[in-house]
Amino acid sequence: MYPYNYHRPTQVAEAVALFKASDDPMYLSGGMTLIPTMKQRLAAPTDLIDLSGIEEMSGLNATAEVVQVGAFTQHNVVARSAQVQATLPVLAQLAGLIGDNQVRNRGTIGGSVANSDPAADYPCAIVGLGATVVTQQRSISGDEFFKDLFETALEPGEIITRIDFPVPTRAAYRKFPNPASRYAVVGVMVADFSGSIRVGVTGAGPCAFRASGIEEVLNRELSADAVDGVEVPDAGFNSDLHASGEYRAHLVKIMAKRAVADLLHS
Amino acid sequence: MKVSLTVNGRAEEVDVPTNTLLVDILRTNLGLTGTHVGCDTSQCGACTVHVNGGAVKSCTILAPQAEGLEVTTIEGIGTMDQLHPMQEAFRECHALQCGFCTPGMIMQAIDLVENHKDLDNCGIREGLEGNICRCTGYHNIVRAIQSVVDQG
Ligand SMILES: Cc1cc2nc3c(=O)[nH]c(=O)nc-3n(C[C@H](O)[C@H](O)[C@H](O)COP(=O)(O)OP(=O)(O)OC[C@H]3O[C@@H](n4cnc5c(N)ncnc54)[C@H](O)[C@@H]3O)c2cc1C
Ligand code: FES
Ligand code: FES
Repeated sequence: MYPYNYHRPTQVAEAVALFKASDDPMYLSGGMTLIPTMKQRLAAPTDLIDLSGIEEMSGLNATAEVVQVGAFTQHNVVARSAQVQATLPVLAQLAGLIGDNQVRNRGTIGGSVANSDPAADYPCAIVGLGATVVTQQRSISGDEFFKDLFETALEPGEIITRIDFPVPTRAAYRKFPNPASRYAVVGVMVADFSGSIRVGVTGAGPCAFRASGIEEVLNRELSADAVDGVEVPDAGFNSDLHASGEYRAHLVKIMAKRAVADLLHS
Repeated sequence: MKVSLTVNGRAEEVDVPTNTLLVDILRTNLGLTGTHVGCDTSQCGACTVHVNGGAVKSCTILAPQAEGLEVTTIEGIGTMDQLHPMQEAFRECHALQCGFCTPGMIMQAIDLVENHKDLDNCGIREGLEGNICRCTGYHNIVRAIQSVVDQG
């Protein structure tokens, strides 16, 4: 790992000012992605701006309509929160499936969403639940946030401060984990908002996306069997040593069917 | 840079370059070599310690992030005369062979038992996802943890 200058601001505005004043800065949240990347020298920031000291970016707030999660909230905090378990159980369940316990104790939702790893879990919830990504300067719709492999709508220096999840009538998440890394080979979130269905997919493509074909059939008939009739084309899907694009397309349907079955039993 | 932290109940101050890892502070600066480095890529869990009560991988925490933390390492949980119940269970169940993964396994196992009710075989195995053992095949490790759960 190359040396760097370290900063620990206590205000969002201070963090942004530090970012603007540095040569080649990066924000540091839980470090579970960034530190291994720096060790491999795939990232070599001149300045690390640690977000852990910014109080307003931590913590949770849940009402009947919306669950707000501060960007610096660790996966285990979400997974174990009685508030989240009661209001939006699917999010607590998803957070509890990320990586391993040690990673969940450090990794944060803001870092995960900003990173847009194609196999990450939280992006599936952002897209599947239609969440809003809040930064210091604007609110970005979940449908507009993920752009490509490790690419998001964030501008240089923009900080995710909070994520707002609307509370659906019911929802379910199914993940086919890579047995070694626990990242999603494919993960599917199905959410029912008073009869209107959203389907989010992670792991299959370069970034999380909505499966409009599956949404269409589920909006006509909410049943696992209805998914059988959908064609999921594998064009543009990830093909790597873990799974071919064709297999991932197959898994999208299987995970969607299982999520629908869970949702109907919830 | 100077970093102040509490390790096994003792206040410590070290002077290290910013790109030092917590595990290196523990091993090199403080001589606590019970915490191991297996992979250095956040995969194996050999470097697991407790930070503010929860298990974390100390190879994936930077020195400046360690400022003010309360750290507990394998050296801080029991003594030679009075082992921690989890250490005793690992000894009793022959839950180690080479012992390389063991300090990390034990720190993770303690977190697991403290944070989960009604742990069964499956829950223990899932709870060990962040710890790799290349010797035992995990079976006796799971037995050791189960015996601590059963003792209540
Ligand atoms: C062994 C292992 C297994 C894992 N398994 C999974 C898994 O199964 N599923 C899964 O989803 N993830 C998994 N992860 C990734 C984990 O969830 C990370 O915690 C997450 O991807 C990054 O979060 P972080 O807080 O650690 O961010 P960091 O590593 O600190 O930062 C990641 C990136 O986001 C930027 N950033 C951080 N915070 C902000 C912010 N608030 N605003 C703007 N930019 C920001 C940083 O500059 C950096 O580029 C795994 C990681 C490891 C090490
Ligand atoms: S040495 Fe830290 S996880 Fe392997
Ligand atoms: S006992 Fe040898 S690695 Fe676990």
